[in-house]
Parts: sequence; C-alpha cells; structure tokens
Amino acid sequence: MSDTSYNTTLANNTAVQTGGTVSDYLALMKPRVMSLVVFTALVGMIAAPGDFHPVIGGIALLCIAVGAGASGALNMWYDADIDAHMARTATRPIPRGRVSADDALLFGSILAVFSVLTLGVLVNWTASVLLALTIGFYVFVYTMWLKRRTPQNIVIGGAAGAFPPMVGWAAVTGDVGLESIILFLIIFTWTPPHFWALALYRCRDYERVGVPMLPVVAGLNETRRQILIYSLLLAPLAVSPWMVGLGGPAYLVISIIMGLAFICQAIRVYRIREGRSSDIHAKRLFGFSIFYLFTLFAVLLVEHTIERITG
Amino acid sequence: MSEQTTEIMAERRRRQKTRSIAIALALLGLVVLFYLATIVHLGGNVANRPM
Repeated sequence: MSDTSYNTTLANNTAVQTGGTVSDYLALMKPRVMSLVVFTALVGMIAAPGDFHPVIGGIALLCIAVGAGASGALNMWYDADIDAHMARTATRPIPRGRVSADDALLFGSILAVFSVLTLGVLVNWTASVLLALTIGFYVFVYTMWLKRRTPQNIVIGGAAGAFPPMVGWAAVTGDVGLESIILFLIIFTWTPPHFWALALYRCRDYERVGVPMLPVVAGLNETRRQILIYSLLLAPLAVSPWMVGLGGPAYLVISIIMGLAFICQAIRVYRIREGRSSDIHAKRLFGFSIFYLFTLFAVLLVEHTIERITG
Repeated sequence: MSEQTTEIMAERRRRQKTRSIAIALALLGLVVLFYLATIVHLGGNVANRPM
C-alpha cells in the first residue's frame, strides 16, 4: 500500500467519501473464487465417512464461504496498490474507489474471526483450526509474504486454495484422513498450471506492477515447460482417489480422460509459442483447467451422493 | 455548503442506512444459526430432560 498517486486518487474519490454499497462489499469477497471453495468443501463433506445433520452441514459450508470471502477481502485490502494497475483487477471495489482500504480491512477481519469461531462452536474445532489456517495461509503466507517476492508464490500459496475439501471433510469426521489429503494434493498440483496459464497472457500486467510471476522472472518458455511438468504430475495424481476407494469406476474413467485432455492442452501451450495463437491456447488451458477441476469434484459428488441415498 | 457536498452527504446517509440494515440482517441470521444448531445438537434430549 505504498503507491502515493493511488492513495491521492482515493482520497479525492466521492465514492469513498460516501462509503460502498452492499454489492461492493459482496464483490470484496471474490464471489467466483468463493463458489469454487464452497463446491470443493461440499465434496469433501459428502465424500467423508459418517453422517451429518443437513443444518450443521449448511452451517459448515456457510462458515467456509464466509472465511473464503474474508480471505478475498483481506487480499484486496493488501493488494489494492497493484490491483489498480492491472487490467484484470482494476475494477475491484478498492481501486475503483467504492470501498476504502480501511473498511475492507475491518470487513475482512470481522468476517475471518466470526467464520472461524462460529465453525468451531457450532461444528467442530478441527474444521475451525483448518479454516483459520486456510485464511492465515492465504493472507499472510501468500498475499503478504510470497506474492511479491518469489515466482514460487502460487506454488506454495496454492495450498490455501487446496484446504477447503479438508475443512469440509473435517467438519464431518472431526479428523484429517488420507482421502482428504489426496483431495488437497489434487488442488495443490492443479493450481500452478492453472495460474501460469493465466500469467502467460497477463504477463505484462504482472511485470508492470512488479509481481514476480514465473513468466516475468523465468520467461514464457520456462513457464510453458513448468505447466507441462505439473500437468504430467496432476493427471496420474487425479486418478488416486479411485486407488484409495474415494472415487468409483465413473471417477476412474473420467479422471483418465480429463487428465489426458489436460496434458494435450499443456502440450499445445508448450509447442505453440509464437503469435496470437499462443495466447489463445493459454486462455483455453486456463478455461479448461477450471472445467477439469469442477468435473473431477462433480463426479465425486455424484458418486457419493448416490452412495448416501442408496445406503 | 455546496450542492455537491449536500449530495455526497445525502448519498452517504443512504448508504449508511443500507449497510446498517445489512449488518442487522447478518446479526439476525447469526442468532437464527446458533438457535438452529443448538436445537440440532440437543436433538431428542430436549424432550428427555428430567422434570
């Protein structure tokens, strides 16, 4: 938060003088990221062994959603100076002057404390500690420490996005099982190729604000190579839920097909390096990676829902 | 007081009111949440208490 011109702009902005609307505060919570977090947490809950009351399950999901929203708000508070200079983030509530940075900090902090304590009191303390760890990891380790210092920022920071299925699992079992660690590892390994695909065609944005994303520091070709390596790790890892009995036959088939498709996309990104088509393939991989993760978790959700219904 | 300042003040008041309503609803939601969770945790034991 050191950009003087950014602060001056904010000080003169009428929107900040009047305060943000409710929808501005909702935008601070990164609703799209939140939806993926809630979805993966739900899969963790449904896939976990043991019964849970729907009300308690709903409360757990709500707490996880609010915790994710708190992380988003705190991330936007800290990154407001660089967000203002990147096309993808310039329309966020703080750079647009809709919400002041101080209000975002207060909002995020209150949500973080409430979501963690409510989850602990009403569900269980293992899930609560994991949620606190998720928020802390995203805000302190990723946003404040790694993001502006190392090209490995999203590799290590990716753990924050990988925790939700573990939180969901712990909300039901009160424990962290091998199966939930596998779900964690899938998202953890998925994050680098997902974000580096985005960074390939948003490279100039990151360069302008001095964020050392891999394409900025190591170059586009090295990033393409790393994307391919991580894709080759991810595809077999994504089959492992079937090996431990977490995924059924449908999961086995779909994870193999989707894994091969992911590798094909990564190979295309690796091979096509020139012209506009290189950006197009990077965008396709970015879009496909979201579809890939969603499909894998959706199959697990369907399989386990059927299992719960049929007993 | 200029016209612009008056407009800003009016807009600020309007947004403050909306935010206050949102906070009140959130707190009410929290109360309902704790009530429901308490009932679920107690379960059938509510009916089984000694008289």
